[in-house]
Amino acid sequence: MGAIRQDFPIFSSGIAYLDSANTTQRPQVVLDAMRAYYTEYNANIHRGAYAISEMATERFEGARQRLAQFINARSPDEIIWTRGTTESINLVAYSWGRANVQRNDLIVLTVMEHHSNLVPWQILAAERGAQIEYVDIDGAGELDLDGFAALMRREPKLVAFTQVSNTLGSINPVQELVAAARAAGAVVLIDGAQGAPHLGFDVQASGADFYAFSGHKMAGPTGIGVLWGRRELLASMPPFMAGGDMIRSVTLKGTTYADAPQKFEAGTQAVAEAIGLGAAVEYLSGIGLANIHRHEQDLTEYAMESLQDLGGIRIFGPPAGRRSGVVSFDLEGIHPHDLATILDRHQVCIRAGHNCTQPLMERLGVAAVARASFYLYTEKGEIDRLLEGLKDAKRIFA
Amino acid sequence: MMDDQFYREYILDHYKNPRNFGHLDHADIAHEEVNPLCGDVIGMEFAVKQGVIEDVRFYGRGCAISQASASLLTERLKGMTLEEARKLGKDDVVEQLGIEISAARLKCALLSLKVLKVGAYGLADVD
Repeated sequence: MGAIRQDFPIFSSGIAYLDSANTTQRPQVVLDAMRAYYTEYNANIHRGAYAISEMATERFEGARQRLAQFINARSPDEIIWTRGTTESINLVAYSWGRANVQRNDLIVLTVMEHHSNLVPWQILAAERGAQIEYVDIDGAGELDLDGFAALMRREPKLVAFTQVSNTLGSINPVQELVAAARAAGAVVLIDGAQGAPHLGFDVQASGADFYAFSGHKMAGPTGIGVLWGRRELLASMPPFMAGGDMIRSVTLKGTTYADAPQKFEAGTQAVAEAIGLGAAVEYLSGIGLANIHRHEQDLTEYAMESLQDLGGIRIFGPPAGRRSGVVSFDLEGIHPHDLATILDRHQVCIRAGHNCTQPLMERLGVAAVARASFYLYTEKGEIDRLLEGLKDAKRIFA
Repeated sequence: MMDDQFYREYILDHYKNPRNFGHLDHADIAHEEVNPLCGDVIGMEFAVKQGVIEDVRFYGRGCAISQASASLLTERLKGMTLEEARKLGKDDVVEQLGIEISAARLKCALLSLKVLKVGAYGLADVD
């Protein structure tokens, strides 16, 4: 994977970037694709009857097609552009949720969810008088499958969980969980923010109903993401936001809506970003998700061993072979914020805090953690620099 | 090795041996705040007599910057009139820490001031 690093112009600055679970870096091909839109055929889509508008529409819809292929959707019409995973989940909570969730219905989530897969459901549940139950984790930071099965016997209306934990790195057994949830009659949403970039996803094989992910966590731009939904479900759902480009016909008496995906894409879309994400997905597919995952597991194993050797460290989550490229840890006596500040002085970028998983922090009995996370461009040398920085922190706080 | 301009000895000392740490037997005023960015918590308790802060304690958990900042602040508050304490601001706290602090870490440094302002004096948020 050596040559890959040169595809990412930011690394000429010399930083060690270990915060890819937060946001990734972008390769030149993505930046070029966005720049080409702005400099060569910048026009709005779906309306202008002139050449560059048609070209913009073609590239924009081409990106949708590419995303559909990436997750093996039946049709590009099942791909809805959003600003990211958060908006994708909110769309489902507001549109499908308010049309379907009723008083005393059960929603099942897990304690390892990111706030974006917790808060929209808490708001919905409070509004509808629905209940929420959370699947716990075991000592290794993996989902309690017996607890999950027990909750399925209560016939939940919705089951939502993450493909990969952004704090623990745990890879959840999606196939097994979806099968159990569907058998119980539930609609299933999967948060793919940490899964799609590293493992990919096959929506048809998964059996899920909704899949949400973000562009900026997979070498694409910020401000763009995807909600995939089963065509029949999308057809039955009311619009989430209303305005231009999502209608069939508007009169002063009322409006009929366009079909999905346009029904959920009110207003001018993030055209350059969608095209950029299309380019990112093409780039990742060219390298191969299996190769990316293997590279990350190699790095994760190396990082976990090196960290253990440091001493006085607590590493959260499962063994390297059972996780994605995420390692959260706590160095005895030094707050993660202080670690991050000292590491910054070594030009090493990590995340420090609760990672938007406060309930998980509480479950783990910590206020915050330090997190190093990897991607296809990460090198072992960067992990060595992390170790050097951590040794320096130990010296300062000794 | 980096220089230790940020984590100076006195800051580490206040972090490891915080002054006025714990609880008062009887507090006239008590308040705590959470930094939503990191979940760090600081609480403060005051014993006030005739407009003068006779005693103060702080408790909580957090990074070296938030803990040292709180510890330094309590040292300064003891014996101050409420009037004087009300006038303390962001610049006083930063100056007292004596280090160059980034925007990202400013929230850590100012958490204890926020506790003082919001809790004890009902003033608006400091940030």
